[in-house]
Order: sequence, then structure tokens, then C-alpha cells
Amino acid sequence: MATTFEAVAEIISETSDIPLDEITPEKNAFTDLGIDSLDFLDIAFAIDKNFGIKIPLEKWTEELNENKASVDEYFILSKLCARIDELIAAKNA
Amino acid sequence: MLLEYFQMIDVVEELDPDNGRIVARAEVPMESTVFEGHFPGSPLVPGVLLIETMAQASGFMLLSRLKFEKMPFLANVTSAKMRTFVEPGEILRVEAELEHDGSGFAATKARISSGGKKICDSKLMFRIMPFPNTTLKNNMLDRFSQISHSSAG
Repeated sequence: MATTFEAVAEIISETSDIPLDEITPEKNAFTDLGIDSLDFLDIAFAIDKNFGIKIPLEKWTEELNENKASVDEYFILSKLCARIDELIAAKNA
Repeated sequence: MLLEYFQMIDVVEELDPDNGRIVARAEVPMESTVFEGHFPGSPLVPGVLLIETMAQASGFMLLSRLKFEKMPFLANVTSAKMRTFVEPGEILRVEAELEHDGSGFAATKARISSGGKKICDSKLMFRIMPFPNTTLKNNMLDRFSQISHSSAG
């Protein structure tokens, strides 16, 4: 069974046409991989469907816009995957 | 339909916001300046306007779910298939259903048929954002009221 990171990397590679070997846990989806917000909608949609969760993208965006969080906190892939794991755990609790 | 004004939906015939479903009717006008160019001597509704029609049906369904507190803006035409031509005077059945209710976005599937014949279908994605101003919000409310009341008459 694929890890969360492997599944997310596969989704990013397919939706954004980025070679899989360039997608590593320490990369930031926006600043390192060059994904834009429209592409990230496709990624969020695929992640939601794949894991049966709802990434709180609206809340994250608000926090970024209000400087209450940094892009790295949510969009470095290892951190994104950790948050996905938390959402999966909350769903299964 | 008033093609020049992008008023694509004439009547909401069925609406189930909780389950994310809408059925609407759109009557293609016999005459429009759009047909002067598309195409001379062979008037057809442009495919982009059929996509717009599916987007508007999806949009009114989403607006109802959102209780008009936020606005869905078309962000992504994930896929669209134009299966046959649409000529002046045709009556179109426009259906849309929610595929995914995301955070700050929504995905829908929509299709148009006429007399049971498939015309086109699409997968669409919308950004859900605050209304940029009250003029747009009031306009959406007014338009929705017009096309919803039409179904009662």
C-alpha cells in the first residue's frame, strides 16, 4: 500500500506534469515545484477523493493572506502529508 | 437565452441544493447577432456558449447551496465534449450535479440534451470566493429569482 507521500507525489506528477523523481518530501509545492493555485485546486480535488477527506484549503488560504501562517507550514510536501494523515485519523476516529 | 448578454438559463425546473442537483431549460433564440458570425448561412450556438450554459446551471446550483453568501467562479473546464450541433429555436435541457464539495472550490458534472438527444457534457471546477461587490450579489439574486419564478408559471 502506498504511503501518503507516495500517493500525493503520484497525484502531483499526474495533475501538474512534473516528473515523479523531482517530487521529494522537502519540496514546497508552490515555490519549489512551481505549482500555481489553479493547479493546486486539481491536486486538492484528487487528494480529497483519494483519501476521502476535505483539505481545509479555504482556511489555509485565509491564514496565509492574513500572515498568520507561512506557505512552508502547509505546502512543504512532508508537512502537507502530515496534515493529510491528521485529517484521515480524524475521519476514522 | 439572451446570448449577447450571457443569460443562458431561462427556467430552473428542478433544484435540490442539498443533494447538489439542478435541471434547467434554455431556449435558443431564432435570431441573435452571435449567429451572424457563427456561422454565416449556417447558424449554430458556439460550443463555448454551451460550456457557459453548463457552467451557469452548475453556478446557480452552487449559489443555492451557498445561500448566495459566496460566488462560484468558473476556474477549470476539466473536460468538454460537443456531440452535435445546436441550431436556433432548439429547447435545451441543462442538468448539473455536484461531483465534489471541496474547501473553497467545487467540482460539477453537467450535460445538455434536446428532445432526449445528447448534445454535450462537461466536467467543471469552480473557485468559491466572496462576492467582489454587492452589485454582483444583488444581480445574481435578481437573476435567480427571475428564472426560478418562471418555473412556477
